[in-house]
Amino acid sequence: MKSSDTKPAGGFRAMARRMTADLVHRALIQKGLSGYYSKRDENKARYQSWEGARELAAQIKYDAVNHLDKMLVEFADKIAIRGTQVHWCPDGASAREAILGIARANGVKSIIKSKTMTSEEIHLNEALEADGYGVFESDLGEYIVQLRKEPPYHLVFPAMHLTRGQISDLFHEELGSEPTDSPEELTMIARRVMRRKFCGADMGISGANFAVADTGMISITENEGNARLTTALPRIHVAILGIEKVVPRLEDLALFLPMLATAGAGQALTCYNTLFAGPRQPGEADGPEQFHVVLLDNRRTELLADPEQRDALHCIRCGACLNVCPIFKNVGGHSYGTTYQGPIGSVITPHLRGLQDWKHLSAASSLCGACTETCPVKIDIHHHLLQNRRNAAKEKPVWWERAAFAGFVVLMKSPRLYELGLKLGRIGQVFHPLIDRSPLDPLRAWTGSRAFPKLARRSFREEWRKRKR
Amino acid sequence: MKVTLFVPCFVDAMFPDAAMGAATVLERLGHEVLFPEGQTCCGQPPFNTGMWDESRAVARRQLGIFADAETIVSISGSCGAMMKAFYPELFRGEHDEETARSVASKTHEFSDFLVNVLGVTDVGAVFSGRATFHDGCHGLRELGIKKAPRALLANVRGLELVESPEAETCCGFGGMFSVKFPMISTAMGEVKCDSIVATGADFVISNDSSCLMQIGGMLERQGRPRRCLHLAEVLAPTE
Amino acid sequence: MNGRDIILGRIREALRRPAPAPHHHGHGADGAGSPRDWLPPVGESFDERVDLFARNAESLKATFEQHSSLESAGRRIAEVAAAEEWKRVASHSDPLTDQLVAPLAAAGIVALWTDGGYEAPALEECDAGITTCEALIAQTGSVLVSSAGSGGRALSVLPPHHMVIARRSQMLPDLHAALLAIREKSGEAFPSALSFITGPSRTGDIERILVLGAHGPKKLTILLVP
Repeated sequence: MKSSDTKPAGGFRAMARRMTADLVHRALIQKGLSGYYSKRDENKARYQSWEGARELAAQIKYDAVNHLDKMLVEFADKIAIRGTQVHWCPDGASAREAILGIARANGVKSIIKSKTMTSEEIHLNEALEADGYGVFESDLGEYIVQLRKEPPYHLVFPAMHLTRGQISDLFHEELGSEPTDSPEELTMIARRVMRRKFCGADMGISGANFAVADTGMISITENEGNARLTTALPRIHVAILGIEKVVPRLEDLALFLPMLATAGAGQALTCYNTLFAGPRQPGEADGPEQFHVVLLDNRRTELLADPEQRDALHCIRCGACLNVCPIFKNVGGHSYGTTYQGPIGSVITPHLRGLQDWKHLSAASSLCGACTETCPVKIDIHHHLLQNRRNAAKEKPVWWERAAFAGFVVLMKSPRLYELGLKLGRIGQVFHPLIDRSPLDPLRAWTGSRAFPKLARRSFREEWRKRKR
Repeated sequence: MKVTLFVPCFVDAMFPDAAMGAATVLERLGHEVLFPEGQTCCGQPPFNTGMWDESRAVARRQLGIFADAETIVSISGSCGAMMKAFYPELFRGEHDEETARSVASKTHEFSDFLVNVLGVTDVGAVFSGRATFHDGCHGLRELGIKKAPRALLANVRGLELVESPEAETCCGFGGMFSVKFPMISTAMGEVKCDSIVATGADFVISNDSSCLMQIGGMLERQGRPRRCLHLAEVLAPTE
Repeated sequence: MNGRDIILGRIREALRRPAPAPHHHGHGADGAGSPRDWLPPVGESFDERVDLFARNAESLKATFEQHSSLESAGRRIAEVAAAEEWKRVASHSDPLTDQLVAPLAAAGIVALWTDGGYEAPALEECDAGITTCEALIAQTGSVLVSSAGSGGRALSVLPPHHMVIARRSQMLPDLHAALLAIREKSGEAFPSALSFITGPSRTGDIERILVLGAHGPKKLTILLVP
């Protein structure tokens, strides 16, 4: 099993092994999420119908994604009217180049960022830093993991895996601040650091949660205010977003903004939801002189080309599926080893980064379906995991799996062979205690942590035959 | 009615009492229970591994056996879901797609059949003890089974049912997942077992024996064994 | 071929194969309905909506007060300024703010007016930012501000206390109404930034524990005047 693992698969296994045994991590994540569950349910209950809202959201996203070319053209043309420059980037390299180009052309020295997973996806920070730019993450969670030099743990809550003690130690080491176990004081430390950066940065880079086609706007959802500051003070604002983020009408946000908040953070609405329609307009007191929107494909069109899984592009990146996934809660966000974690990440990563290298993410699931049940836009997440498995097996069958299931088919197509197998099994299980859990035990993947059930003295069919005689 | 039982391979081999209990209850309710001996497996293990050709080879045989049944009752949520929810998908575009759809529409999981087809919630069962119910994921999310088992258990004389806040949380079995990613399966099982023990229940009841295999096996290894019973084993006794 | 053509070409190619549309399970009369069918109800009467706004503001830990006159609101501002020991306050020129902010000078509070432009460090020194708004939204307890009408982008987010002066007539039932109103007011000439502010700034990034005043204002006060 292990020898056929690709490097990402091996990394996943190793980290999953470590994290699933880490009971401190398990308890911390459970505790953090329990508040989310109760607030989420409270806010869902206020809806006249959460299920009705999901259906409408699914419908709107279906319409948008299945008319994506029209939507993007309308969006780009309309946002350009007010002076925005739109960059269409087919891949990560062209997006990095576009943004580096903007920085170079404008004598940028320091860059401040609000949270954008899309920039993680294309490794933008590394490219900017390699070119000599100082890049500062302003979102508290992103700032913390940036200081720790590790990737974000969760789509929406990047530092969820850390205790306040760890964050205090981090700030003490990196910033020289006094140790404290108060989340409020820790937040204030970061706030003070960040205010200087907001005022001093030449360029602000943000993501976008939605792009509105019929008015030519992007919208950014946040709680901290760092995205508003990132886009208010620097003289250049660059927003990077995946092409799938577009919604048809401004009024659609009346549905999506609350649903994103509730599914993602358990809130009725997040603190700040800001629409951006262009750079500083005539008569305005402040705002960037230049506004650039970078539209990123980076293999999303490959997912689009798969009609079975196209709805994975409906994703509004709320993170709700992560929050309910028992795999995510036990292996943690870093085990995935890639930008998009959890159930939706396990669906799209094989498409965005290669099926054979990343199919293990789709395999590492019990297919419980909690993700599909919770998704606010009704993506058929767990069935897509199954489809990825099928596609991977079809493209490149794993030889021993093929052999094993060929045997399985022979066995199951013959009731006589099956009953013979049972009889042999009953004999075998007499001897099993001798090798139970040892390296010789063929069942040790199970018996390592669980007792294996006994084969019954008489199978049901034997009992039934007896009874009917 | 003529009720044709589908007894998944692992129930047949390891948990025959679950199937016998179901047959007993159905006969008690006045129905004729049929068990075609040729049946073996619904084809779920290769299906979940992505080997759909192999799955079809096994499932096709199953279709042949069950095609003429009046109604099919599955003693397992997950295998029931395989037949009811996934056969139409597995056989889409195949020559026997119609048969697959027909078999799917005639298949019901045991508790779903009693409550939603027969309209029965009281089967005259007697069983004392304090139990908690585990919702098998496939039954819960593919077949929408949540209320039916509880409606049946509410009428079992002597039974005290305690709900666990994690009743709907996956136990970590997931078929091949349990041995392909044993460390994750184990962690999920631990969370489940902790929640079960916290309810103070002496018994664990489920509509899926495969889940009980995981839960029971883990509780035993942890040194805090609990009796794990399929719903049918609790509904069968009348004294 | 430029990036636009490449991407659009890929999309058009991809969309040649249709994807199945989502099922609707009959929650709505005509398929999926509209947002107002599903979102929380917003009350029928104006008073109900004001009440709803007030309840929302309270749970968001924003201060919401209804004043019967501008003078009353003005007194309140002076009280808060004294209690919080404001030295500097920022605002923008508008009939409402002109009336209410100017008197603060008498208490020795220096006012920064953002209208013609300003230095960011000077705004950073301010203890409070006082603005008008485009609308209040009852359903969510939100304040809608605009970069054109509320003194720029930073005024309502940089100073640690954001105070909003709103007229009763600006109360709208829900986000839907507010978005419609934006469209009707602006035509194509949208302000460059429009922000729905829902409570003081907050974060849950540390152990998912709620802390107010992350980067934006720690305090949000909304004064409703006639």
